[in-house]
Amino acid sequence: MAKHHVTATLNGNVVEFLCETHQTLLEVLRDELRLTGTKEGCGTGDCGACSVTVDARLMCSCLVLGVEAQGKSIQTIEGMAVGTELHPLQRKFLEHAALQCGICTPGVLIAARSLLERNPDPTEEEVRYWLAGNLCRCTGYNKIVEAVLDAAREMRRV
Amino acid sequence: MSTTIDYSEKKLKVIGTRPVRPDGVPKVTGLAQYGADFSLPGMLWGKILRSPHAHARIRSIDTSKAQALRGVKAVMTSADLPEQKFEYVGPERLAVNFWHMTRNIMAREKVLYEGHAVAAVAAISTTIADEALRLIEVDYEVLPHVIDVDEAMQPDAPLLFEDMITRGVEPAPNKPSNTSKRVEFKIGDLEAGFAAADEIVEMDFKTAPVHQGYIEPQGCLARFDSDGQAELWSSSQGHFIVRTLTARLLGMKTGDLRVHPAEIGGAFGGKTVVYVEPVAVVLSRKSGHPVKLVISREEVFKATGPTSGASMTVKIGVKKDGKIVAADGLFKYQAGAFPGSPVMNGCMCGFAPYDIPNVRTVGYDVVCNRPKSAAYRAPGSPISAFAVESTVDMVAARIGMDPLQFRLRNIAKPGTPTVWGPKHAHEGFAETIQALLKHPGYTAALGKNQGRGVASGYWFNGGGESSATVHVNEDGTVVVATGSPDIGGSRASMALMAAETLGIDYDKVRPIVADTNSVGYTQGTGGSRVTYATGLAVVNACNKVIGELRARAAMIWDVDADDVIWEDGCARPAGKKAGEFEPLPLKAIAAKRTVTGGPISASASLNAGGQAPGFATEFCDVEVDPETGKVKILRFVAAQDVGRAIHPSYVEGQIQGGVVQGIGWALNEEYIYDRAGRLTNAGFLDYRIPVASDLPMIETVLVEVPNPNHPFGVKGVAEANIVPPMAAIANAINNAIGRRMTELPMSPPKVLAALDSGRGG
Repeated sequence: MAKHHVTATLNGNVVEFLCETHQTLLEVLRDELRLTGTKEGCGTGDCGACSVTVDARLMCSCLVLGVEAQGKSIQTIEGMAVGTELHPLQRKFLEHAALQCGICTPGVLIAARSLLERNPDPTEEEVRYWLAGNLCRCTGYNKIVEAVLDAAREMRRV
Repeated sequence: MSTTIDYSEKKLKVIGTRPVRPDGVPKVTGLAQYGADFSLPGMLWGKILRSPHAHARIRSIDTSKAQALRGVKAVMTSADLPEQKFEYVGPERLAVNFWHMTRNIMAREKVLYEGHAVAAVAAISTTIADEALRLIEVDYEVLPHVIDVDEAMQPDAPLLFEDMITRGVEPAPNKPSNTSKRVEFKIGDLEAGFAAADEIVEMDFKTAPVHQGYIEPQGCLARFDSDGQAELWSSSQGHFIVRTLTARLLGMKTGDLRVHPAEIGGAFGGKTVVYVEPVAVVLSRKSGHPVKLVISREEVFKATGPTSGASMTVKIGVKKDGKIVAADGLFKYQAGAFPGSPVMNGCMCGFAPYDIPNVRTVGYDVVCNRPKSAAYRAPGSPISAFAVESTVDMVAARIGMDPLQFRLRNIAKPGTPTVWGPKHAHEGFAETIQALLKHPGYTAALGKNQGRGVASGYWFNGGGESSATVHVNEDGTVVVATGSPDIGGSRASMALMAAETLGIDYDKVRPIVADTNSVGYTQGTGGSRVTYATGLAVVNACNKVIGELRARAAMIWDVDADDVIWEDGCARPAGKKAGEFEPLPLKAIAAKRTVTGGPISASASLNAGGQAPGFATEFCDVEVDPETGKVKILRFVAAQDVGRAIHPSYVEGQIQGGVVQGIGWALNEEYIYDRAGRLTNAGFLDYRIPVASDLPMIETVLVEVPNPNHPFGVKGVAEANIVPPMAAIANAINNAIGRRMTELPMSPPKVLAALDSGRGG
C-alpha cells in the first residue's frame, strides 16, 4: 500500500515525510526523521518518555499517528534549546542533577515546559501531579521536582 | 532536604562539590545515544517470536513461510546457536550455566514461560518483520505449569526440568524436583540460643517478584562482517559482559567482537545479562546486513528478569535486656525458568547488620514458569530483609524497646562474625542509627491512622576488575577513559577523583566510557563497585601520570626525579636543596612533552579488594486510609553510610531512587498471572511503579565514615538504600493500624482485608 505524504512543522521548520497508516508519530520522528531524542519507554502512553507537543498540546507521540501530524506544529526535545542557549529547564536539570540515566529526561523536560507555559508559579504538588504521567525509575523524582520549581522561579524573574 | 554527617578528617578540594556532569548537555538536548538510537546504512529490523504458553514442549518450528516473505533477510531459531556444556561456572554466589543461558536466549526442547523466545527474524521494515513472525508455525504440546514458589516445591508439581536433582543436599535426592539448590549458613548453637531467649517471635512472609522497571527497553545494533568480526552498539551495565557472553553463546573469539557502550536508560541489575545481543549478531551474520533489535515494554515484562519472589520464615529469640541471642531464617526464592535466584545473597545479608551469636539461614533456589530472574539492586538482600526487619520490629515491641535503640543494642561491629564466615571489618552502621535518633522527625507527633516504622539494611558492595587510561592532551587538559558504563553520573565522579589527584580543575578533565577494544577489561557496573574499584583504577592511572610528570620536570630542571614533588597541580622542587625552580604546572609540562619523551599517558588495571559494605537505616511515616486500605507515604528519611560522597548530588540521587523503588516494591508492584500462566499486567499502566504524585520528598542523611582502603574513603552507595523500605513501611503500617502485613505488595486490597479481619468481617 502506498505511503502517506505528510507536511508538518517540526521545531519551527517545515518538514515532509512519508509514512505508513499505522506508523506512530514517535516512529516517524525516530525512524524516518532520525530525531532520536524522543524516547520509547512503553509505546502505550503510560511512561511519557515520548512526550512532544502537537499544536502546543502535550501528548505522548506513541499515541499519535504520523498522518495526524499533517498541518500541525510539533515540538520535540531537539527544538528546546535555542541555538547553543539551553532552556532554563534544561540548565536547571543539569544544575540540580535531576537526571541519572537520562532516558526519561527529554519527555520530562517537554512536559515541564508545557506546565510552566500554563502555570508559571506551580506548587510542589502541582508539579508532582503534572509530571505524574512521566515515569522516572532512577531519581525518585526529588531532584526533578526541585529543578522544575527552581526553573519556574528563574523564569518568573526574567 | 539533605544533610551530611562527616566523620572524615581529610580535607579535599573538588571532591564533595557538585559540578554539572560532563555528559549532561547531550542528555537534556536529546542528542545522547541510547541502545535504540544507533543506525547503519542497509540496516534491517529484528523481531523476536515468543511463546504464548507458560510451559510447552516444542514439537516443531516451521519457518519456511516467513523465510519466503519478500523483505525478510534472515530467520533464526535455537538451531543457529551452538549447544553449550552443562556446568556451573564462576563463584557459587554468581555462578552461571551456559546450557541454561542459551536456552533462555532461545528455547530449545521446551518453552518455560510465556514470552520465552522461540525464533527471530530480520527484515527491511518493522512491518514486514511483524508479518514474518506471524508466518512462523510452532507446534506446541502444552504442559501443566507452576507459578508460585511454594507450589513449585510440592512433590506433585509440574517439573520444568525432568532431570533436575537438588544441589547442596547430602545424600543427593533420588527424585528430580524444581528445587535447583539448597544453601545453608550457620554459626553458634541455634538450639541453645533459643533456649536462652526470654522472648521468641516466628513469622511467615511472602514477597512478589518485582521488575527493575528501567524505562529503556533492551536494544542494540549489530554488524557482523564476512571475515568473522563483529561490532555491537548496545545498552548494558557492562559492554565487556556483553562481549564475553555473546562471544561464548555464539562460539566466537572474544577478540572478534567489539562492543560499544551506548548510553544506558536505567538498568538496576537487569542489564547485567544479555537477551537481544546474541540474536542480533546471528541475524546480522545470516543476512549480511547490520541488524537493529529493540524489544517492547511488553517483552521487557514477559521475558527479562525481575527479581525473585519469595516465601520465608524467620524466627528471632531475644533476652529481656534487648540482646538478640538466636535467629533462624528459611528463604525460598523463585529463580524463574532457570536456576539462579539471589537466595545465597538473601541468606548472607538478612541478619548481617547484627551481632547474633547463634544464627542459621537456609535457602532454596526454585524454578517455576516465569521469566528467569536477574539481578535487581542489592539482589536478594531486600527480600530477606523484609522478613528479618519485620520480625526485628516485632521482637523489639515484645520487650518494649524503641526499634532504633534495639538495633543499636545489637549492631555488628568490626570483629563481629558474619554467618558466612569472615568477620565484619568496617564501622558505619551505628552512625546511621544515631543519625536517625537525632533526627527531629523521629519523635514528631503522629495523627490518626498514621504510623512510623524503621528498618535497616546491609549490602556487600563490590570491588573487582577495572581499568582506566589517562591521557594528558597537548594543552594540558586530560582525558580519563574507563570501561565502566555510566548509569547515574559516574563519569562526574571519575572526573572529580582525577581532578583531585592531579590537582587540576574539574572541567580540565573529560571522562569517557571507552569501548571494549579501547580500554582494559572491566567488570560490569553493578554491586556498587564502580566509584570504588574503577575510581581506584583512575586514581592509580593518575598517580602514574604524576610520576611521569615529575620525571619530565626533573628532566627540564636537570635534577633527580626524587627531588621533584607534585603539589596543587604543579611539579615543585622537593625542598631548598633540590634547587630553586618556579613550579611547573601540568599545562607547561604537556607543552614540552615532545622534547622530554613524547606523549604522556598511563593506564591502570586492577582487581580491587578492600571494599567496605553499605549500611542503611531508614524511617518513614505513613497514613492508612481506613476506607480504601491505601497507604500514603507522608515522610521518608534515609540515612546511609556512604564512606565519602564524591559528588553528593548523585549520592543523594542514588538513595532517593533506591528508596522510591523500595516504596513501589512495598506498596504496588507485582506480577499478576491468569490461570493459564500468562502475565496479565505486562505494561506500566497495570504494573504500577511510583509516579511523582505518589511521593513526598525523600530526605537523605549522608553519613560519611570513610573506607580506609580507598584514597578518598569511597564506599559503594547505590544499593543498601533499597534494602530497608519494605520492612520500614510494613512496620509503619503496623504502628498506624495495629496490623502486621506479611505479604508484599501491601496494596489497598491486602491492607483493607487486614483491617477488615479485625472488624469482624
